[in-house]
Amino acid sequence: MSNPAVEKMYRELRDKAVSKAEGMNEKPYVMVGTATCGRAAGAMKILETFRDELAGHQVDAELLEVGCLGHCYAEPMVAVYKPGHPFLCYGNVDEGIASRLVSDFLVGDDPCFEFAMAAFEPNDVFPTFADYPRGVYEQKIILADCGLINPEDIDHYIARDGYLALAKVLDMDPGAVVEEIKESRLRGRGGAGFPAGKKWEICLKAEEPVKYVICNADEGDPGAFMDRALLESNPHQLIEGLAIAAYAVGASQGYIYVRAEYPLAIKRLHTALDQARDKGLIGESVLGSDFKFDIQIFQGSGAFVCGEETALISSIEGNPGIPGHRPPFPAVSGLRGKPTIINNVKTLSYVPHVIRNGAAWFRGIGTPNSPGTAVFALAGKVVNTGLVEVPMGTSLRTLVYDVGNGIKEEKAFKAVQIGGPSGGCLPESALDLEIDFDSLQHAGAMMGSGGLVVLDEEDCMVEIARFFLEFTQKESCGKCTFCRLGTKQMLEILTDITKGRGKPEALELLWDLAEDIKTGSLCALGKTAPNPVLSTLRFFRGEYEAHINEGCCPSLMCNELISYRIVPEKCSKLCDACIASCPVEAVYTRPDMLKAVDLEKCVKCNNCLVTCKPLYDAVMKVTPPETGEGGDEN
Amino acid sequence: MKISRTVTITIDGKEYIAKEGQKLLWTALENGVYIPHLCGIEEEEKPAAGCRLCFVEIDGFLNPVTACTQKVKEGMVVRTRSKRVDKLVGTAFELLMSNHRLGCARCGANGRCELQKIAKERGLKLKTSRLRSLVPEVPVDESPDKFTYDQTRCVLCGRCVWVDHHKAKIGAIGLVRRGMSRKMATFGETAMADSSCTQCGMCVEACPVGALTFKEK
Repeated sequence: MSNPAVEKMYRELRDKAVSKAEGMNEKPYVMVGTATCGRAAGAMKILETFRDELAGHQVDAELLEVGCLGHCYAEPMVAVYKPGHPFLCYGNVDEGIASRLVSDFLVGDDPCFEFAMAAFEPNDVFPTFADYPRGVYEQKIILADCGLINPEDIDHYIARDGYLALAKVLDMDPGAVVEEIKESRLRGRGGAGFPAGKKWEICLKAEEPVKYVICNADEGDPGAFMDRALLESNPHQLIEGLAIAAYAVGASQGYIYVRAEYPLAIKRLHTALDQARDKGLIGESVLGSDFKFDIQIFQGSGAFVCGEETALISSIEGNPGIPGHRPPFPAVSGLRGKPTIINNVKTLSYVPHVIRNGAAWFRGIGTPNSPGTAVFALAGKVVNTGLVEVPMGTSLRTLVYDVGNGIKEEKAFKAVQIGGPSGGCLPESALDLEIDFDSLQHAGAMMGSGGLVVLDEEDCMVEIARFFLEFTQKESCGKCTFCRLGTKQMLEILTDITKGRGKPEALELLWDLAEDIKTGSLCALGKTAPNPVLSTLRFFRGEYEAHINEGCCPSLMCNELISYRIVPEKCSKLCDACIASCPVEAVYTRPDMLKAVDLEKCVKCNNCLVTCKPLYDAVMKVTPPETGEGGDEN
Repeated sequence: MKISRTVTITIDGKEYIAKEGQKLLWTALENGVYIPHLCGIEEEEKPAAGCRLCFVEIDGFLNPVTACTQKVKEGMVVRTRSKRVDKLVGTAFELLMSNHRLGCARCGANGRCELQKIAKERGLKLKTSRLRSLVPEVPVDESPDKFTYDQTRCVLCGRCVWVDHHKAKIGAIGLVRRGMSRKMATFGETAMADSSCTQCGMCVEACPVGALTFKEK
């Protein structure tokens, strides 16, 4: 840095933050993960317990709220530091464990290894996260500090070289910053994977005195929560990225468009912006330079389509969130007709790392055309659900079996639904696919925002396609014919098929409509809406045909196509559990004491199947559904 | 917008002189080349591009594009018909028909209806064979003295709203709600007569179909 004013100001900020961080390590502290995911699992109660116990035992320890470590299956999670001991992480913490950690670990000297998940740093007594398969395959860049820093204390971020990249770019020519991002080949993480540097370059070259930068935090895919985790766990990383983008293209006003359904993220962002303003990291004179930049938070009001950039702009302008035709692209004519950069939370979060470590470092991770890492929200029938960050090019098999630790209850893998409602379902034959933007597109799915739902033998692919299409259909703004009416027609056909009313010619019509909607729709929501249907038709056509031609659902998921049967050879006769569980008195005792289901009365609630003891396992689903009274010997 | 220069473009093998910057749809129509369209408004700088009927093939473009959004350029080569264009237009039209109350004989727009014109020009049927009917059950709003509003015949082109906002400058109507529920309505979705509508009739004249029709005297 040759601008002495900027350098001096940043050094002072950092020295103060570092000495504060070092001071923290002199006495014990407890970190409770209180992002939305942790709160849903009861983290606030754990926080309260720690507060009471620490006070009760008069322990001099700091109690901190942090963000998300990404291990959803183990929430609530707590990290306890005590000088002289390894820094340990505890999962599935309840109030009992919390009070034990205070009385035994902080007051006594027993780190309670029986409750510990992993240590954060290598030591002689307990394995670290890196010693588990997930840790071996994960490579964290943007999630690295999540769950380890206090998102409401800017010094935690600064102490870890936060805002160093901003200080660095202030001394660079804006064109050089754009060049660095271009060279890194960073691609937009919002879904489509458009090169970020190219977008910035178009905006930089636009000759307009007023330009805008916008962070798209309108995350809305069912099952995707990576943006929320980043906003709640490390908001400054994003703010720094947005400030760098603004400097690079010549904007002085930025927006963060975040959905109103993320109240905690909004609160932590407000706090973060206030602190950044106080420290002079944004505002009239960024780090004492002549770069002026401020950020405003704009809350979206629940329309999924506002994640589409033209609809997002329209929404900020005060108009209905309805997409418009592109071109012109926002980088040329965006918010209020001015050149505008719109990047996803994750894309902007990479920016400080790229600037700090250089484009070559970034290109060294991942695949040549999709460098860097990919963040996935691993969900569905996988053992270890959570937020994972792996290098691009990691295979699906590694993701599901090593990082996710395999399928729940050792059932058979069927498919992964990747990319949310815009993505597709990939079958077992694609397990060795090395995932990046291009390979997924080629396989008929999409990186999307990074939702990854693992499906097993009990998931019906027609129903999965119907579920996602129902979502997009509901979220269609209704402006264009293909999306408004086309997706509705498709949904009606799919609903018919799952209810056993599908006609043989329906598949051809479904495919036809899907292709036309894909080509003909106005915006990306409509253009990608048919993907779940197209990919399941391609890879699981047999399941569609079974529904239509044989009236059966091979996965036993579609209620209209199954019935319940109590297997006489397995039924214990003496147990009445199934009868008690039935809400409509459909299960009854036959004269020979065996139990049976009256299919006329049965509402297919599944209670009897769940209730029947594993010892007997006498209740089963059959497809196609039987008619009349159940039981073979009637 | 000041337009001075002209460009030469080719549509279906014939050359035409066009005003630079004009959108292709209007160049074609001015020169007597018909391209189906419902939502297009020539004066509007940002076309709605919602009806998805004006697809054409342009050399250099991978997929068919909408003519209402494409500015003419020197040397542009356009084909108004191709297998892909016909398939897209056919599907879009059939989708609109699945959501449109049929029965031309009892419709006030019979004879001047744009849907009839598109069907005639492109050899399309004024009904749907493959798709199911998605026509909502909504009563006709007969509250105004001069005209009626039949939502079940509306194709959501938005032309009525545009003239209400930009020509009549009243702001009595707008497009409300989303998805399948999207419709033209007054503020608060009241009956037309209970709104700020002045019954100037401009929206009725703008309606390409039989959704807004004058009452017979």
